[in-house]
Amino acid sequence: MTNDKVLQVRNLSKVYGKGCSKCFELTGPEHNTNICPHCGSVVAAHDISFDLYKGEILGIMGESGSGKSTAVKNLFFDEIPSSGQAIFFDEGKQYDLFNLNAQQKRHLRNHRFGMVYQNPHLGLNFNVSAGGNIAERLLMSQLSNYQEIRERAIELLHRTEVLTERMDEMPKNFSGGMQQRVQIAKALATNPTLLFLDEVTTGLDLSVQAAILDLIMEIQRESETAMIAVTHDLGVIRLLAGRTIVMKYGRIIESGLTDQILEDPQDAYTQRLVASAL
Amino acid sequence: MNIQPILEVEDFSKTFILHEQGKSLPSSQSVFLKAFPGRLTALIGPTGAGKSTVLKGIYRTYLPTSGRIMFTTGQGQILDLALADEHKILELRQEEIGFVTQFLHTLPRQSTEDVVAMPLIKEGVPHDIALEKARDILGKLNLPERLWAVSPATFSGGEKQRVNLARGLLAQPRLLLLDEPTASLDAKTTDRVIELIQNLKETGTAMIAIFHDMDLVKKLADDVVKLEPPVGTEHFFNSNTNEVA
Ligand SMILES: Nc1ncnc2c1ncn2[C@@H]1O[C@H](COP(=O)(O)OP(=O)(O)OP(=O)(O)O)[C@@H](O)[C@H]1O
Ligand SMILES: Nc1ncnc2c1ncn2[C@@H]1O[C@H](COP(=O)(O)OP(=O)(O)O)[C@@H](O)[C@H]1O
Ligand SMILES: [Mg+2]
Ligand SMILES: [Mg+2]
Ligand SMILES: [Zn+2]
Repeated sequence: MTNDKVLQVRNLSKVYGKGCSKCFELTGPEHNTNICPHCGSVVAAHDISFDLYKGEILGIMGESGSGKSTAVKNLFFDEIPSSGQAIFFDEGKQYDLFNLNAQQKRHLRNHRFGMVYQNPHLGLNFNVSAGGNIAERLLMSQLSNYQEIRERAIELLHRTEVLTERMDEMPKNFSGGMQQRVQIAKALATNPTLLFLDEVTTGLDLSVQAAILDLIMEIQRESETAMIAVTHDLGVIRLLAGRTIVMKYGRIIESGLTDQILEDPQDAYTQRLVASAL
Repeated sequence: MNIQPILEVEDFSKTFILHEQGKSLPSSQSVFLKAFPGRLTALIGPTGAGKSTVLKGIYRTYLPTSGRIMFTTGQGQILDLALADEHKILELRQEEIGFVTQFLHTLPRQSTEDVVAMPLIKEGVPHDIALEKARDILGKLNLPERLWAVSPATFSGGEKQRVNLARGLLAQPRLLLLDEPTASLDAKTTDRVIELIQNLKETGTAMIAIFHDMDLVKKLADDVVKLEPPVGTEHFFNSNTNEVA
């Protein structure tokens, strides 16, 4: 089983602000804040540790501001962590994520990782067409022949159920659900080993949400891509994630099998969260 | 009798700590039971005796408070399900341990026949063969054919139960847990379920089933374990200190 590990995160921390020696002591669930009263820094995430295996979907849930996106952004190199370690295992190689040079980071981001942002403006280039967005990502990989790239883009849009007739339209013409599909197509373009999903279905109509969730499950079944799914929607967690992490004020307060987290939550906060969602 | 159990539950107890209500609720107490290949162990007892709690504890939907749940895997490895690594539990759920409950969580676009065939497809059975088997068992369980291609998301309780049974039985796990598998079924379908459970026993599956109908116990059980509601039921504590009041 250990051969199937994709990601190992240990003690990841991210502090916004200058930080002080009291930051970690004075923040967290027991202090009901992530802001250090001593220096005013935000402890957005602290002491985050978990493992992710091939083909697995790990859920991260928690209320707004609990540090879910922060955890994911640090792993995708959108942010630089304050401390901690993350090892990415891929094709027999091992990458110490927080000690790579810029070129190595770019390589992983462009080829081995995929990200679907809650806000499509972060994941898509709104100045080029849907097809162009996918082509941009493919151009950074081995494909260089125009025809090959176009064919692969069509295949991906077809896969994510975006009408291929519309591939030359700009993303701003698309509905929210469609923009998410284009983001997913773009993220999948290079057959990534690891896919980050940050609130992929938030703000979409129920039927559109359902279709996107179906799509994600299909991708998981077909490709064995490991995924981290950030959401505050317990229904999404239940459907997608085998294991779940619960965060509050930057810390992991509980983690376990998803059905256990939802049916036998141990922590008072998780119990309240689950009860209020019923 | 000289067969080895594949599961031995030893002194299992579960107490829920409900922080919001400041309460601790003993739910199952000192449960001992075994499951054998090709045999069915019936769990009986009044409502609130903790029967479902035991099954959920074995499946690790509930974290046991104490006790050991020793399972012998297909590879001959013996492990305590109460302590096993989460990835190991997920692997066992996929390959060796099935659970038929009254609840069904599925994706809205997945058809009933796909839901039922999924465990076989994941095992590598070709799609068309898996679908054929799924339809066959759905037919045996009297689920109207017009529902096979539809998502079970909006099915009635009895229809969902048929889908759960079809999926659970078709997968032929080494250990199958059944929580009142016929609770919302008519007499005719119940007879079919009895037949299917008997067939599954013959293939060597070990089963633990909760029945409230003694007639079913008589027909299907090889061993019977009776549970009583835990004594000294609720304890209140000060939720700020978590100490027993
Ligand atoms: N660039 C930044 N500068 C300062 N503080 C930040 C920055 N980015 C995030 N934070 C703070 O870090 C904390 C965690 O933010 P994060 O975006 O990870 O939350 P989240 O769990 O994803 O919330 P949501 O569910 O609302 O998306 C918040 O208190 C947020 O205000
Ligand atoms: N998730 C839970 N949280 C809190 N209490 C629970 C939970 N599940 C079961 N219980 C309680 O545990 C006791 C035993 O329940 P259960 O195992 O369902 O009994 P049975 O199946 O024998 O009728 C009941 O008092 C029930 O309310
Ligand atoms: Mg966020
Ligand atoms: Mg019950
Ligand atoms: Zn500080």
